Amino acid sequence: MKKLVSLFLSLSLLFALAACKSEGGDTTNNPSENAPAAATEIYFLNFKPEIASVYEKIAKEYKEKTGVTVKVVTAASNGYEQTLTSEIAKSNPPTIFQINGPVGYRSWSDYCADLKDTALYSFLSDKSLAIKEGDGVYGIPYVVEGYGIIYNEEITDKYFSLKDRKTAFSSMDEINSFSKLKDLVEDMQSKKSELGIEGVFASTSFSSGNSWRWDTHLANVPLYYEFSENKNFDDPTLAGLGTSDITFTYSDNFKNLFDLYINNSGTPKNLIGSKSVNDSMAEFALGKVAMVQNGNWAYKEISGVDGNVVKKDKIKMLPVYTGVKGEENQGLCIGTENYLAINSKVSKEKQKASADFLEWLFSSDEGKRYVTEELGFISPFNTFDKDERPEDPLANEILDWMEKKDIKSVPWIFTSFPSETFKQDFSNALLQYAQGSIDWEKVVSTVRTSWKSEFQAP
Amino acid sequence: MRNNLKKYYPVFVLPTSVAFFIAFVFPFLAGIVLSFTKFTTVTNAKWVGLDNYIKAFSNADFLNALWFTVKFTVVSVITINVIAFALALLLTRSIKGTNHFRTVFFMPNLIGGIVLGYIWLLIINGVLQFFGVTVTYDASYGFWGLVSLTNWQLIGYMMIIYIAGIQNIPTDLIDAAKVDGAGFWGILRHVIIPMVMPSVTICLFLTITNSFKLFDANLALTDGAPGRETTMLALDIYKTFYARTGWQGVGQAKAVIFFILLAVIALVQLAFTRKKEVEA
Repeated sequence: MKKLVSLFLSLSLLFALAACKSEGGDTTNNPSENAPAAATEIYFLNFKPEIASVYEKIAKEYKEKTGVTVKVVTAASNGYEQTLTSEIAKSNPPTIFQINGPVGYRSWSDYCADLKDTALYSFLSDKSLAIKEGDGVYGIPYVVEGYGIIYNEEITDKYFSLKDRKTAFSSMDEINSFSKLKDLVEDMQSKKSELGIEGVFASTSFSSGNSWRWDTHLANVPLYYEFSENKNFDDPTLAGLGTSDITFTYSDNFKNLFDLYINNSGTPKNLIGSKSVNDSMAEFALGKVAMVQNGNWAYKEISGVDGNVVKKDKIKMLPVYTGVKGEENQGLCIGTENYLAINSKVSKEKQKASADFLEWLFSSDEGKRYVTEELGFISPFNTFDKDERPEDPLANEILDWMEKKDIKSVPWIFTSFPSETFKQDFSNALLQYAQGSIDWEKVVSTVRTSWKSEFQAP
Repeated sequence: MRNNLKKYYPVFVLPTSVAFFIAFVFPFLAGIVLSFTKFTTVTNAKWVGLDNYIKAFSNADFLNALWFTVKFTVVSVITINVIAFALALLLTRSIKGTNHFRTVFFMPNLIGGIVLGYIWLLIINGVLQFFGVTVTYDASYGFWGLVSLTNWQLIGYMMIIYIAGIQNIPTDLIDAAKVDGAGFWGILRHVIIPMVMPSVTICLFLTITNSFKLFDANLALTDGAPGRETTMLALDIYKTFYARTGWQGVGQAKAVIFFILLAVIALVQLAFTRKKEVEA
């Protein structure tokens, strides 16, 4: 009897091992061997939960047009890497997925097909935006986004009409540097009851998963200036990727604006640890605050808040001024964290079908209508005419700022930040600083050591 | 009949064993193998030997998390078991509404940890608001928050196990003790506690492993903040795995160490408390 049991157990073990082995072998095989002649199903793993329903509609229309089924799965907010990691190991993996930039490419390079010959790449107006390695193109941005300090012009206009205001400004157009912004904000804060607001800035959200506006977006500006000074690289993002040891030269500039945010807000400093981005956007939408740092994607959130009082034509954007010399010519932070990649481990037919779908989406009339009207993307492709812009006011603000003469946009260099852990360390230090448990020196040293150790990590 | 049963026993257990192998043994072995590799997904692993284990200890995160977890486990195991046992004693005397109370105390156990985490986050932040702070203000807030959450969740369950243990004590034993002149404390020390030792074994095992493995509540309540001071082992593993490019293997290595630690602690505890069990 015992023999039987042990025989059975060892057989099962063998079976498990064999399964393990064959699974490992599969990946090196050419996957096209067991694929159908023409792919009828592709799989798109969507990054943006807020527009998941639009993709479903697009998939339905594409199915009617071409007979190709587009399976759309949307990862939960902040959970894309987790979802991608598990989905891509399945037998029916995503054929189109998204990487967040050069660092994302580093971890997914084994799965990114070369897109150099795709129509989508040929549409890209500025080829330098794509993620390249050697001759190959592995990620194509499909949306350009921008962020800055969003303000409610109704409230600022109300301020400019006050008799007893201490500043001499008469319109937001005059605000073109940190010192002017500071004067304006501090005076507005002191007159908050007259303006009917709880504070100038929305709460500096720090609950878990809600601190990216500071550790990523705000950090982008000082580090952009630091990396721009690195003459060994012609591009600040590349400089970031090649810097093992940052000095955080412009840390005081970061502190300037960060202090302004936390000191002139409707939320006491010690309570920001419980606030989420949603809370901040709701405060803005309900007119309780005048300004909030965020990007064009936030418009959907603002307009979606019940009882929102912000008028569509009064939502404007200001660059993230931090007091760096010459920032009068600084524009909004424009870039992207959304690159499409095609899975190189699926069959050639599926890769082709995926590329065809993307071509259709970004060049056909129906596809383009979805992109501008429903997805609300500012697309970096030359297939879009000047008048095919999204309707929402923030997207238009971004296009307006990009068209301004003598204004230089700040690129998104945070795609070169070494890891999520770096950002978490950064935001944890910021929260502790805001709550008064550590001083600014400690924040700076945390940022520097964390960059160094995370840079070496892989 | 008995012989037949023995003969065909492998056939009968086959479905369960297959499920067990697919859902447990295989992932477990694969996990151990993966801890020696560098990988992004489970299908593209490259062998790196002990590298991951060295990296796991290359910074203090893992040890800090271990220390925090040990502190948390000690405190919550003691509080949970003492309170659960006290409640069980109370609810096995004939008090009006005993059943009602048992149900009420058991209920929190039916709510999932992540939901509990968010509920307690609201409660704790709501209370701390009067003092102008939040739960992430200081590591000790997070610590006691986690302790009270786990207590709230597990006390009811442990209480039910203790109640079952206490009810199984033959009444003649207690009556005999009373005749011999034993008071309440005497009965408790010399009759009830020795007789419920099997329940103590189970309860200690459950509370130690549950506290040690706590993840969902930790994620929902503090997510490790402030700094990484309230990160427990499971959360640290999760963060190593997902928040760092190329560190999946290290996360896996930490998970293997975690498993060994937990297994050793649980086995030692079982062996120790089993010795104290007595027959009536």
